[in-house]
Amino acid sequence: MSGRRAPDIGASQTRRAFLGLGVGMAVAAVGIARRAGAQGQGPDGDQEPLAGQGATGSLRDPTVVGRSRTPTQTGDNDEAIKQIEKRIHCTCGCNLDVFTCRTTDFSCTYSPELHREVVALFDQGKSAQQILDAFVAKYGEKVLMAPEPKDFNLVGYLLPGIAITIGAAVLALVIGRRERRRSLAMTAAAGTPPPSAGVGPSSQPTPDELDRLRRALAEVDD
Amino acid sequence: MTLLGNFSLWAAVLVGLWCAVIGLSGRWRDRPDLAATVTRSTYALFVCLAAASLALWRGLVSHDFNIEYVAAYTSRNLPPYYVVSAFWAGQKGSLLFWAVVLSLFGTLAQALTPRRYADLLPYVAAVTSSVVVFFVSVMLFSANPFERLPFTPPDGRGLNPQLQNVGMVIHPPMLYLGYISITVPFAFAAAALLSRKLDTGWIHAIRKWTLVSWLFLSIGITLGMWWAYVELGWGGYWAWDPVENASLLPWLTMTAFLHSVMIQEKRRMLKRWNLGLIVGTFLLSIFGTFITRSGVISSVHSFTQSNVGYFFLAFLVIAGTFGFTLLYTRWPLLDAESQLDSVASREAAFLFNNLLLVGIAFSVLWGTLFPILSELVRGSKITVGPPFFNRVNVPLGLLLLGLTGVGPLIAWRKASTANLKRQFRWPALAGLITLAILLAAGMRDLYPITALALAGFVAGTVVQEFQRGARARMRMHQESLPLALTRLIVRNRRRYGGYIVHVGILIYCVAFTGMAFKQEREATLKPGQSVQLRSPFGHTYTFTHLGVSQFESLNRIVTAGTVELRKDGKPAGIITSEKRQHVDSFKRPTFEPSTEVGIRSGLQEDVYVVLAGVVNGTEEAVYRFNLNPLVWWVWFGGAVLVFGGLVIMWPGGGPVIRTRRSVQPGYAATLAGAAAEAE
Repeated sequence: MSGRRAPDIGASQTRRAFLGLGVGMAVAAVGIARRAGAQGQGPDGDQEPLAGQGATGSLRDPTVVGRSRTPTQTGDNDEAIKQIEKRIHCTCGCNLDVFTCRTTDFSCTYSPELHREVVALFDQGKSAQQILDAFVAKYGEKVLMAPEPKDFNLVGYLLPGIAITIGAAVLALVIGRRERRRSLAMTAAAGTPPPSAGVGPSSQPTPDELDRLRRALAEVDD
Repeated sequence: MTLLGNFSLWAAVLVGLWCAVIGLSGRWRDRPDLAATVTRSTYALFVCLAAASLALWRGLVSHDFNIEYVAAYTSRNLPPYYVVSAFWAGQKGSLLFWAVVLSLFGTLAQALTPRRYADLLPYVAAVTSSVVVFFVSVMLFSANPFERLPFTPPDGRGLNPQLQNVGMVIHPPMLYLGYISITVPFAFAAAALLSRKLDTGWIHAIRKWTLVSWLFLSIGITLGMWWAYVELGWGGYWAWDPVENASLLPWLTMTAFLHSVMIQEKRRMLKRWNLGLIVGTFLLSIFGTFITRSGVISSVHSFTQSNVGYFFLAFLVIAGTFGFTLLYTRWPLLDAESQLDSVASREAAFLFNNLLLVGIAFSVLWGTLFPILSELVRGSKITVGPPFFNRVNVPLGLLLLGLTGVGPLIAWRKASTANLKRQFRWPALAGLITLAILLAAGMRDLYPITALALAGFVAGTVVQEFQRGARARMRMHQESLPLALTRLIVRNRRRYGGYIVHVGILIYCVAFTGMAFKQEREATLKPGQSVQLRSPFGHTYTFTHLGVSQFESLNRIVTAGTVELRKDGKPAGIITSEKRQHVDSFKRPTFEPSTEVGIRSGLQEDVYVVLAGVVNGTEEAVYRFNLNPLVWWVWFGGAVLVFGGLVIMWPGGGPVIRTRRSVQPGYAATLAGAAAEAE
């Protein structure tokens, strides 16, 4: 008998444990869903279906993630501010603009600071040019991602274009002059009788003609 | 191992010096045995440097941290393939890599060049050996990879996390192979000048080498863009960084050479220009190395600042003086054998194309050096970044794109008006239709719209060329369209391979315009929170932060931010971006935490997710989300370009064409008579 009862007791205990576990999970699920529902409001205000149901837990080792970040502010995604920051060179020693540096090199402490300066000036109602001027006054011309096209800098902007234009003009002029000269020579040659006039054209081509012909045929092929 | 390495380097210097001195002196001219010794010494040079390379690799693989280079670039827990790639990851190792590959190329040039160019080969051996001697000397006197430390650290520092990427395993060697192989055409050019054998022989001898250089540079640049895109995390692939510019410079001049050399082959013109281009390309490859290694201009890609820059600067001056003096002294021997007939000719189009390519190279070089010049002239420092390069180079690039379409449409020598009309009609229409479609679609941005319309024109050109060629074959040989197209390419690889390369360039240009429309935003999200971005193609992407997890993997501790992606409301998968803290075998941090980007690539746009960090050690994560249009097409364009290059390079095909070209005497005489009458 004991051999029979024992499994019965065990079975009832298992059932009870199972039911208890089920109720516990249901309560936990409701709780998580409520909490997650409270977090489901996106920064844009769009209500999204919940994908991650966990609470905002703490990381096991926060030291391996780098510098702690501050939550995104309103000005961080402002298109006008972004465009201004793309014209300002980060002063940390990298080759990036402020926007790219602060959204790429997350260990940089300079670009967030420069960003705050831009936002502060922007909030004062300053225009893009006034903000850039303020940065130049404070950090020097090097703070611009590209120099202003004025004074000596104009040489930098214009020289390649001028060089290419002059090169193209000279090329066109030289080729054009040669073409005209050649055309004049051909006209003059057409007016004078050929040296072999009276004898009739030679039936045998000269080596020079054959060479020219070979080249011409090769050109036709390619 | 360091003993073997140092001994091999010294032996290489001695062998190389002997080869260079005897080769350049010309004393081998009447002595075939001496000439053979000079050319064979390149093999000995390669053996010396291969031994040195094996010694360094042995040190790397056996974790001999008493060698400074091994301790600086590897650690015990570094994955084996990165241990192997550490050979070229640092300044010293990459110098050895350069030297050994150049000695290999020098050997191959000797072994593979047909015997009819035997008179040039000792000079070629002398020039390649001189360059190898320079690199080995830099190692011996300034950056020795076999330098030992006074103590043996228990573990090495490990490889920079940004170099722990498959792109970085392949990209630098490819770029180096491009840079290094330029030395061989330069050596042949110098040999032609030294020997005064200035016919087209040297050009035929280097044809494959110039293509090899160009191809490796193309692969290296494309892989470099890919590496920057997936590893640096700023969301783009080209930033006009000085080192990027340095890789572009020889590519531009080599591309110019590949076009202008056709004119020399066909018309015996532009001899001086072509020699100048080869010398210039070689100098630019050394200049690129100087920029990367000197620290004279700051760059994200450069090696640690060291005094090797002075060596390179001196070498640049010496090589430039040698090359241009040689060219100047042979100037009278380089007269053109024919003249340009018309502005409306393919030769003229190629000349303008050369002008633009060299002009863009000048513009890039000018922009790269302008900060130094400005500081010298005005005493004030300035920055020359992407806005400058875009403003100056984009219009030039558009002109070049247009010429890519114009060149193949114009006949050699002189095109008639009727010919021009017939050739330009359909491609121009294709360009105009593209323009009309873009305008109707509401696009108003000047540069992208111009680029896309020109791309339509160039595509029209290429399609027309293939269509006409295939139709002619179908008519003459009764072939099906696929067969006709295949045989068209196979029988004339240079021409149609070139058109495939043009298609690659065209795809590049279209893909580049995509970045003008990229979308980006930063967001701080707690688990379950979402943010949306709308793409230029009209799709709405929803990013939902799922959570942050931490785990150990290989040689790093990973913090992974996971995002659920929805495209137009439908699930589109999971994207993970990581922060990686690399550690040595004692679990000590080795570098600052690096970022691993999460990318979902598509034909229309890439979804690009960057985990910027977390707020106060919690799962609240700061992300940057990007939608980068048409990026996939950049890589595809690169693949098409390389495929076109391989088609051109593929051996064979020549004899068939040459047989066809052979002129029957009777027919030739008839045609010659007709030609004479026409003139």
